[in-house]
Amino acid sequence: MSAYDVFLERRSFIELGARERARAILDEGSMRELLGPFDHLESPWLPLQDIVCQADDGVIIAKGTLAGHAAVVLAIESAFQGGSIGEVSGTKIAATLELALRECEAGRPVWPVILFETGGVRLQEANLGLAVIAEIQSAIVALRRHVPVVGVIAGMVGCFGGMSLAAALCSYLIMTRQGRLGMNGPEVIEQEAGIQELDSGDRRLIWSLIGGEQRAATGLADALIEDDAQQIAEAVRAACAHGPVAPARSEQVEKYLKLLDAVDPATIDSTSMRLSWQPAHAAAPGHVTQEGV
Amino acid sequence: MSANRSRGEIWFEALAGKSLEPAPILSGSGMLGGESAQFIAVVPDAHQRFPRATTNVVGLEQGWLLAKTVRATMIADSHAAERRPIVAVVDVASQAYGRREETLGLHLACAAAVDAYASARLVGHPVIALIVGPAMSGAFLAHGYQANRIVALDAPGTLVHAMGREAAARVTRRSVEELDALGETIIPMSYSMKAFDQLGLLHRLIHDIDADAPTAANIETVREVLAAAVADARQGPPDLSSRLSSPQAQKNRAASIEVRRRLAPQWQDN
Repeated sequence: MSAYDVFLERRSFIELGARERARAILDEGSMRELLGPFDHLESPWLPLQDIVCQADDGVIIAKGTLAGHAAVVLAIESAFQGGSIGEVSGTKIAATLELALRECEAGRPVWPVILFETGGVRLQEANLGLAVIAEIQSAIVALRRHVPVVGVIAGMVGCFGGMSLAAALCSYLIMTRQGRLGMNGPEVIEQEAGIQELDSGDRRLIWSLIGGEQRAATGLADALIEDDAQQIAEAVRAACAHGPVAPARSEQVEKYLKLLDAVDPATIDSTSMRLSWQPAHAAAPGHVTQEGV
Repeated sequence: MSANRSRGEIWFEALAGKSLEPAPILSGSGMLGGESAQFIAVVPDAHQRFPRATTNVVGLEQGWLLAKTVRATMIADSHAAERRPIVAVVDVASQAYGRREETLGLHLACAAAVDAYASARLVGHPVIALIVGPAMSGAFLAHGYQANRIVALDAPGTLVHAMGREAAARVTRRSVEELDALGETIIPMSYSMKAFDQLGLLHRLIHDIDADAPTAANIETVREVLAAAVADARQGPPDLSSRLSSPQAQKNRAASIEVRRRLAPQWQDN
């Protein structure tokens, strides 16, 4: 096939909704949704603010298999409230990870996959959003000792706020070029620190700092994958099959303190960072594509 | 006495004396109920290399140094019969907002701190958060929110929130007054510590304490509360489940409990 035909053959992952993304990751026909729309577990806080709820509160829990192995995919729906984490949507993630942990402890490992697409805490549920994000983080750290916890940041929302910490706690992080990963969104930085600190309208600059390509080139993500449902599913499978990672990136304190010590805050930029921050560990073999790096 | 010392520094020194480490991360031991505990605080750092992180915020160095400090305590106790308590003295205004911070992975630096505190808790250190000032957003996630038990001073200036008032008002397109009014009826949106207590996330709210200039009696009271929290943490599992068990949580986190209640049987069905 020509490059053009390959392009036409692609099925964009980014264009899929959360439910379709989960289905695209799991083995065909294996997906079973838990706490689906018919369970009507909605936010108790949004109606009090005259905001229309969604019956799944923007998180899909999809149980199934990955290459025949028990797995669960947690997919955040960016089309509902920007993928923001409220009490119900966040608890769906935390509670699922806690159940997966229990299975692992009982000797029945379940592979957890989180599809991040979120600006972080849902401000209409403020303190409960923050509280459940702490619970999600706790569950990832506990679970990661038993099975790899695999995160995907496909775009276009990206992954920000407290959930960016959750992504950083994952054993493996898969990104596309369109995905962005950062603690504070560009608009927030411009608001808090001024346009001379960061021009949030400069898309090229933003992606060069926190986009998937840069994150993979500097070891803050493990794999850069094209926006293709099949390639992303294969990368997830390979990462799961690779087994638990120790030490995880967020445990490599000495390494990162050393890298940070060597940084000159006056001159550091995305180009100079690439020279000294190399990818931390090889991700799943054969599925790392880093064209252009 | 508080003119040029932050709340974090005041309470760290009240409970643990002079720090062994310089700003921005204070670390040292103090006595709690007859045993030695490790106290850790984030304080302003005028000499901080990263210019967006000179106040009591969690920036790149703060995140990684928190992780280093907590992990040093874990290593020191790795063969101990009983692991010592770790107390996070919480007075953090926010995470650092800056271009360099995002470039160099502030999210990972904060995650490293989360990871260290959660790991310490999971291996059996009783981890207690003592809120003496603001406990804001990502900074609180990195320093305090992984604790087995959270206690707070009920004093002016202590609060827990996901975003500062002004910024939250901008983002949600409301006035600050409207936001405050909403907090009266929508508990998770409130900026008051009393409302936070109603969410069941606090183990104890400590009243009648001078947060800026604590008396000897104030310090003794806080020490007793911390010791009791340590004892309570040792009785329970090393996860965060205690946050859902209080009468306040039954009422105001009913949805969190309901999700877990209904998910469990569906998870089992095949």
